[in-house]
Amino acid sequence: MSNLLNVSPSPHVYGKETTRKLMLGVVLALIPALAASIYFFGWGAIIVTITAVLSCVLFEYLIQRFLLKKAITITDGSAVVTGLLLAFNLPSNFPVVLVVLGSLVAIGVAKMTFGGLGNNPFNPALVGRVFMLISFPVQMTSWPVPSGFGTGYADAVTGATPLAVIKAGIKGGEQVSALMDQVPSHMQLFYGYMGGSMGEIAAAALLIGFAYMLIRKIITWHIPVSVIGSFLIFTTILWHAAPEKNADPLFHLLTGGILLGAIYMATDYVTSPMNPKAMIIYGCGIGIITVVIRVFGAYPEGVSFAILIMNAFVPLMNTYIKPKRFGEEVKNG
Amino acid sequence: MLKTFPTGGVHPPENKITANAPIQSLPLPEQVIIPVSQHIGAPATAIVNKGDTVKAGQTIATSKGFVSSNIHSSVSGKVSKIDMVTDTTGYKQTAVFIDVSGDEWVDTIDRSEEIIQDVGLTPEEITRKCLDAGIVGLGGATFPSHVKLTVPSGKKCDVLIINGVECEPYLTADHRLMLERGEEVLTGATILMKALRVEKALIGIESNKPDALAHIAKLASGFKGITVHGLKVKYPQGAEKQLIKALIKREVPSGRLPLDVGTVVHNVGTAFAVYEAVQKNKPLFERVVTVTGRSLSSPGNFLVRTGTPVSKLIAAAGGMPEDTGKIVAGGPMMGKAINNTDVPVVKGMSGLLLIPLEESGRAGSEPCIRCARCVSVCPLGLEPYLLMTLAELGLYERAETEKITDCMECGSCSYTCPAARPLLDYIRLGKGIVIKMARERNLK
Repeated sequence: MSNLLNVSPSPHVYGKETTRKLMLGVVLALIPALAASIYFFGWGAIIVTITAVLSCVLFEYLIQRFLLKKAITITDGSAVVTGLLLAFNLPSNFPVVLVVLGSLVAIGVAKMTFGGLGNNPFNPALVGRVFMLISFPVQMTSWPVPSGFGTGYADAVTGATPLAVIKAGIKGGEQVSALMDQVPSHMQLFYGYMGGSMGEIAAAALLIGFAYMLIRKIITWHIPVSVIGSFLIFTTILWHAAPEKNADPLFHLLTGGILLGAIYMATDYVTSPMNPKAMIIYGCGIGIITVVIRVFGAYPEGVSFAILIMNAFVPLMNTYIKPKRFGEEVKNG
Repeated sequence: MLKTFPTGGVHPPENKITANAPIQSLPLPEQVIIPVSQHIGAPATAIVNKGDTVKAGQTIATSKGFVSSNIHSSVSGKVSKIDMVTDTTGYKQTAVFIDVSGDEWVDTIDRSEEIIQDVGLTPEEITRKCLDAGIVGLGGATFPSHVKLTVPSGKKCDVLIINGVECEPYLTADHRLMLERGEEVLTGATILMKALRVEKALIGIESNKPDALAHIAKLASGFKGITVHGLKVKYPQGAEKQLIKALIKREVPSGRLPLDVGTVVHNVGTAFAVYEAVQKNKPLFERVVTVTGRSLSSPGNFLVRTGTPVSKLIAAAGGMPEDTGKIVAGGPMMGKAINNTDVPVVKGMSGLLLIPLEESGRAGSEPCIRCARCVSVCPLGLEPYLLMTLAELGLYERAETEKITDCMECGSCSYTCPAARPLLDYIRLGKGIVIKMARERNLK
């Protein structure tokens, strides 16, 4: 024989999926929400998104190249996803310098210090967001009013998010039914006509991306459905118990970051559990903690904290919650 | 609704390019090389010497112990030497080299075309014949069939399962056998039923073989107690435990055998071999091998004598394509890559797959992104990502508690990993060490 044969252990064929294709799939799934954001917030959305994506990729490159001195892996697309999600969690008038700082925290602190892709315990984009929220509370809570390209980036008219309006009103002793007149209708909320973080506003666009990710098998239904399910059950109970003190479940679902969190943040591969049973427990934990923070906590919104808290339990869940082994329970007949 | 097993599984491209190629007899080679170990268990002991003349069907090596098998000459001719040969596993083992002359068979073999359906023998006689004829599981595992037909006291078997799944991509040997020798396969199933003293047999065939499914179902109406079941296509449905689960919803416990849930599984190829052994007195010395690959000019299904060098099969399928990068004995998911074309065909070789150079390598391994795909595709409910890490770090005790020994090496995890991690490589390594550890512990 003249030519040498390859010899390797089985299997000898491989699936077509790669890390890069999966990350690209997530980016594609985020396009509708990005489009909605640009439609509502104009230039601000474009500037914040580009800044976040570029700086996340750049920081990953710089850290790998000069600090860790190891192979550059920016082409796997994970930094692009982190950048997009970080942008989606910021107001569209957020100062560029702070966007860069947030990206540094997300990539540098939350991801690369733990060893890069696959090793970080906490969702990098959310660590970036929460860092900003605590360090720059004013800039992080001045939400531009949706007005498309009508207003500039820096001088956008700002207002409170519907959740904040309701929360402040309830604290002030007002009835929910009266407060509902001060916020957009449910239908407007569904399309995204409200103040809020760039990517969280348009429920319709987020759901399109969700459908795409399910069909494309990028994620499974377990985490989003358990987050949203437990969230809806809890808010429904509260609403029924005191309808004048609690907003209805649908309002809760369509406002704030619950859909963005459930579909895109909680499902982050690296920081979510490894088997369906654990995924459902993890999802329910996120749903419940979110409601607790929204209704009883100091912040009007709590999805980011809920996800980060549940992230901390993931290693524990992976150790103690096991998939059902074949032949474990003997059930015959 | 078509049945299937519930947990895990993957859908590799089927590529059954030889599904419509009728079985052809391969011309006899000039020399055959017959290894003495073509089965799981103790190697057989060669009983011929250099210079002996042998006939096709003559025993040339006898089984050593209960879990072992007889080996027969597949040709008539003269033993030229007894020497070492590299087999499909890449290891060297003893083999009998026979120079072929003519094609004379042992007198007791019935070479007529007539199909004999009546089974006159007792269960004990059937089991004895399987042992004498060197019948082993032809699905790939090559477990000696007489062992599976001997039900130990205290265990009960109430149903026989015949495996016509052929879930490996590319392979069509069982498919063609069911189409062309359906009556013999069903008679073989009847013989196996009798040997196991069961009234019921189920044949499972995946729905990607509608012609075989329809043909066998039609024929089965003439056989008492045999029913045919279509299965939804999913790899690894042909695995024993998965097929049992799919067909009769029983779950073989971890570390146990199908007999523990009252069933025995035999492959359709084995059923055919049993038919020939019992009704025609013909020992197992030839089998159907699919020779396939997208670059081959005439891939096909060949009836091949054991001991034939694979180079002859490749020649019969149109010769080695220029772009060949890997040759696999078996299917692409569980087959073994061989390192030369002198490797002889053995009882367990169901296919020979030639993979083009550009598809024969592996993508570079990337960091695990913890996507959990390996966990969701594992048909045994294991956590491949974890087992790989444990094996990599040498944490074998933990790997044992995480059931690394349950792994059947189906390759679904490695197949599906987007980061191209060598999951099964490490699991296989760890599994071997854990099995060795457990054995040493039991000795103490």
